[in-house]
Amino acid sequence: MIDINESVMQFLLAFVVVGPLLGAVAALLPAPPGLKGKSPEQAVLRHGVTVTGAILVAALVLALGFDHHHASKMQATTDISWIPALDVRIHLGIDGISLPLLVLTALLTFLCALYSYFKPPAGGSPKAFVALLLLLESGTLATFAVLDLLLFFLAFEMVLIPMYFLIARWGGEGRTRAAWKFILFTLLGSVVMLLGLLLIGIKAGTFDMVALATDNGRSLSTSVQVIAVLAIGIGLAVKTPMWPLHSWLPDAHTAAPTVGSVLLAGVLLKMGTYGFVRILLPIAPHGFHTFAPYLAAFAVVGIIYGSLACLALARHGAKGDLKRLIAYSSVGHMGFVLLGIATMTPTGVNGALFANIAHGLITGLLFFLVGALKDRTGSTDLDTLAEETGAALYGKAPRLGGLLAFAAVASLGLPGLAGFWGEMLALFGAFKPAADLSRPAFLTFMAIGAFGTLLTAAYMLIVVRRVCMGGVEQEAPKLADVHGYEFAAWTPLVALTVVAGLWPRALLGLTDPAVHQLLAGGTR
Amino acid sequence: MSAQPVAESLVQSVDWLAVAPPTIAAAVGLVVLVADLFLPEARKNVLGWTSVAGLASAALLLLPLLDGDRSTFCVNGATRACSYTADHFTLVIQFLVLGGALLAALLSVTNLKDDERRVPPGEFWFLLLSSAAGAALLPASRDLATLIVALEVASLPAFALVGIRHGDKRSSEAALKFFLSSVTATAVSLMGISFVYASTGTLYLTQVAQRLTHVDGQLHTLAQVGVVLTLIGFAFKTAAVPFHFWVPDTYVGAPLPVAAYLSVVGKAVGFSGLILVTVVAFPSYADVWGPALAALAALTMTVGNAAALRQQATRAYSAVRLLAWSSVGQAGYLLVPIAAAGYAKDPQKAIGSTVAYALMYAAVNLGAFAVAALVGRGRALNRISDYRGLYATNPLTALLLAFFLLCLAGLPPGVIGLFAKVTVFSAAVDAGLGWLAVVMAVNVVIALFYYLQWTALLFRAPEGEPARHRVPAPLTAALALTGVLGVALSGAPQLVLRFAATGLF
Repeated sequence: MIDINESVMQFLLAFVVVGPLLGAVAALLPAPPGLKGKSPEQAVLRHGVTVTGAILVAALVLALGFDHHHASKMQATTDISWIPALDVRIHLGIDGISLPLLVLTALLTFLCALYSYFKPPAGGSPKAFVALLLLLESGTLATFAVLDLLLFFLAFEMVLIPMYFLIARWGGEGRTRAAWKFILFTLLGSVVMLLGLLLIGIKAGTFDMVALATDNGRSLSTSVQVIAVLAIGIGLAVKTPMWPLHSWLPDAHTAAPTVGSVLLAGVLLKMGTYGFVRILLPIAPHGFHTFAPYLAAFAVVGIIYGSLACLALARHGAKGDLKRLIAYSSVGHMGFVLLGIATMTPTGVNGALFANIAHGLITGLLFFLVGALKDRTGSTDLDTLAEETGAALYGKAPRLGGLLAFAAVASLGLPGLAGFWGEMLALFGAFKPAADLSRPAFLTFMAIGAFGTLLTAAYMLIVVRRVCMGGVEQEAPKLADVHGYEFAAWTPLVALTVVAGLWPRALLGLTDPAVHQLLAGGTR
Repeated sequence: MSAQPVAESLVQSVDWLAVAPPTIAAAVGLVVLVADLFLPEARKNVLGWTSVAGLASAALLLLPLLDGDRSTFCVNGATRACSYTADHFTLVIQFLVLGGALLAALLSVTNLKDDERRVPPGEFWFLLLSSAAGAALLPASRDLATLIVALEVASLPAFALVGIRHGDKRSSEAALKFFLSSVTATAVSLMGISFVYASTGTLYLTQVAQRLTHVDGQLHTLAQVGVVLTLIGFAFKTAAVPFHFWVPDTYVGAPLPVAAYLSVVGKAVGFSGLILVTVVAFPSYADVWGPALAALAALTMTVGNAAALRQQATRAYSAVRLLAWSSVGQAGYLLVPIAAAGYAKDPQKAIGSTVAYALMYAAVNLGAFAVAALVGRGRALNRISDYRGLYATNPLTALLLAFFLLCLAGLPPGVIGLFAKVTVFSAAVDAGLGWLAVVMAVNVVIALFYYLQWTALLFRAPEGEPARHRVPAPLTAALALTGVLGVALSGAPQLVLRFAATGLF
C-alpha cells in the first residue's frame, strides 16, 4: 500500500522476530532508573505492554509496506547462513499466507499484555510472566516468518517451555497434569516431525522451504514423500489438534490462565495448520495426496466429535466447564480448517486460511469473555452459573452478555461475521476437490461437515440461552459490567470479526495468489 | 657400516611437540606427587592450582598442532604405520578430555578444601592428572597395544579416585565394584585383541584394516570373535547397557568432581576408543559391529532414561543418581552415529556427529555437575528436592542449571542441545537407520520428562528457610566457563557442528 524501502522491511521483519526475545531478557533484568514506575510489578507489566505494542506497530507497518499486488512473492526476505554444517540458514520472509498470521499473533499478544497490565494474573511473579509471554510471542512469530525447515522446527519447539510454565504456574485446578499432558503430547509429535523434516532435507539436499516448494517434490520419490508426510503430519496434527490426537487440548485450556488460553487457541494451534499449508502441500504433494482423504476423514470426525462433546457439556446437569466447551469447539473448528486443506484446491485452502484467522479472533474473544466471567462469578461451571433458570447475564451485566452472545453467534458461523466464510469455503472446496481425489468421498465429508455446522449452532445457542438469558431476581447482586480496559482489549477483536465478515476480500485477496502459487508448485 | 641404519630404525626420533599434551599432564602429575612431600599442611592448595595450570597448559599446547598432520613413533616398512597420530580427531578429543579434566579440577579445588581431612590432596591430584594423561593419549593411539595401555592408564587411577575418601564405606565399595567390572571388561578386550593379532599378524590399526579384508578362511571366525570381544572393553567405558550397572553406585560413592570427571572424560575415552577400533581398524566388519552397536545404542538410551525416570526426588543423592542415569541415556545417543557409520557411505561424517554431540554434552553436563557441587555444599544429601526454590536464593545459578538441563533435553532455549540431537538424528536417517531414529525420538521425550521436572522444581516457591550459598571462586570459574560455552554454542552452533560436516581423520 505504501512504498517502504526493502531494507527497512527486512529490518522490521527481523525486529518482529528478535524484538520479543530481547524484551524477554530485559524483563528479567531490574528496571533502569526512570522506568521504575510505581512498583517493580507495575514496571515489568508496563514493559510487556511497551514491547508487544512496538512489535504490533512493526507488524502493522510490515502489513502496510507489503506489496499487495504481488502477495505470492516472498517479501522482506533475509537470508544469512547460520550453521553451514547442517545447512541451516536464517531465512526470513513473508507472503500472503504468513502476513495475516503474523499480524494476528502480534495483535493477540499485545491485547493479552494490555489485559494483564490491568489485571495481573494470580500466581507467580509478573516478571517471569512477562518474560515467558514475550518468549512465546517470539517463538510463534518466528514460526510464521522463517523459511528454513530446521529453523521452523526450532521455532515450533520454542513455544513449548513458555507455554508449559504459563499453564503450570499461573493456571487453575489440575494445572500440573494439564501442563505435562500439553508438553508431552506436542513434544512426542514434534520429534516425529523432526524425523520427517530431516528425511526431506537429506533426500532433497536442502532445508530451504522456498527452494523445496519450487521443486514441488520432484526430487523426492513417492515413498519418501509418503513417509515424510506421515511423520510431519503427525507432529502438525498434534498441534492443530486433529481428532484423535486432540486430548491434550481440553485439559490445557481448562487449566490455563485466561491469557494462556487466548494465545493457545488464537495463535499456537495455527502453527499446526500453517505447517500443513506451508510445508506439506508444496513440498511433498504426492505424499500429501496419498493421505488427503484420510486427513479429511479425521477432520470431519473431529467436527462431529467436537460438536457432540460440546452438546454433552452444555446439557443441564452435565457439570460442563465453559472453557472446556470452547476447547472442544476449537477441535471442531480446526476440523474445518483441516478439511479445507485436505481438498488440495485453492478454494479449500483459502477457506482453511480464512477459518484459521477467524478462529483466532473469535475464540480469542470467547476465552477473554469467559475469563472475565470467571473473575466476576468465580466459576466457569455451566451448571453453577446457570443454576435452574439461567445465569441472566443480559440482566446482570448487559454489555458482557451482549458480547458473549456476539462471540457465540460469530463462532457458529453466522453470515456477515468472520466465522462464516472460512467454513463455507472449506465445504465448497470439498464439493469439488482436486481432480485426482475421490469426489464421492469428499461429497460425503462435505455433507457430514455441513451437518456439523448445525450441531455447532445448536450448542452455541444452548450456551447463550443458559448463560445470557434467564430471570433476574430482585435481590440478585449486579455483576460488574465491562471495564474500560476490557473494552480496549476486546474491541479490536470484535471490530475485526465484523470487518472480516463483511469484507472477506481484504484477507482472501492476500492469501489467494499465494495459495495458487503454492499449489502450482512455487513458480507460476 | 650397517650400524647406522639399524640404529636409525631402533632409536626413533620423537616429535615431542606432538606428544606434548598428554606428556605435560603426566609430568605435572609427578611434580605434584613429589611436591606434596615437601609442602606444609597449610599450603596444600598450591597443588590444586598447579594441577589446574598444568591441565590448562596441556590444552594450550594443542594450539601449535592445529594443522593436524603430525605423527610419531612410526615404522617405515612396506607400508608406513604410526603409533601416535595428532590428526584433527585426536586434537578435538584431546581438547575435550583436557578441558573436561580442567573443569573437574576446578570443582575439585573447592571439594578438597571442604573435605580436607578425608581426601589426601597430593594423591588426588596425581591420580587425576595421570588419568587425564591416559585419556589424552588414547585418541592419538593408532595401534592396539598403545590403545589398551592408554585405556588402562586412564582407568586405573580412576578406580583409586572413586575410593579415595578415607573411612567412607560407600566410596570403597563403589571403587571395588568399578574395579572388578572394569578389569573383566579389559581382560575380555585383551583377548579380542589377541585374536585379531593372531588372524592379522599386526597391531597397527591401519594395517589391521587392510589385512582383515583377506583373512584366511579358517581364521575367519577367530577374527570375527576378536572384533566383537575388542569392542566390549570400550563399550564398558562408555557405560553402554549391559555394561552400565557400575555407574549409579560409582557416581554416588565417588566425590562429586570425580563423578563429573567420569561422566565426561570416562565416556570420551570409551567412545573415542570405539571409534578408532570400529572405523579405523575394523571397517570391513561393519556388518558385524554396525548392527551390534545399533542394538547397544537403543538398549542403552532406553534403559538409562527409564531408570532416570524412576528416580524419586526425595531419595538421598537423587540428583547425582539422576545425572548418572541420564549420562547412561546420553551415552546411547553418542553411540547412534557410530552405529550409523557401519551403514553409511561416508562413515567419517557420522563420526563427526558423535564428536559434536560429545562436545556439547561435555560442556553442559559439567555445568550441571558444577551446580550440583554448589548445592551439595549446603545440602550434603544432594536430593533433587533440595533444588526446590533455587531461583529464589541463587537466581543466576538456577537459570544456568535450567539452561544446562534444557540443553541436555534438547529444547530451546538450549539451542545447541537441540541441534546436536538433530545431527545425531540426521546421521541415523542418512544411514537408513529409521527404527533407531524413532527409538531415539521416544527416548528424547522420556528424557524431557525428568529434565523438565527438575527444571520446574527450581522455580517453585522454596520450602523452609532458604539457604544462601556463597559461591567460591573456583566454582564460579567453572560455572562461568560452562555457562559461557553453552550460551556461545547456542548462538553459533557451527563451532561444534562443523565437525559433523567434515572428515576428522
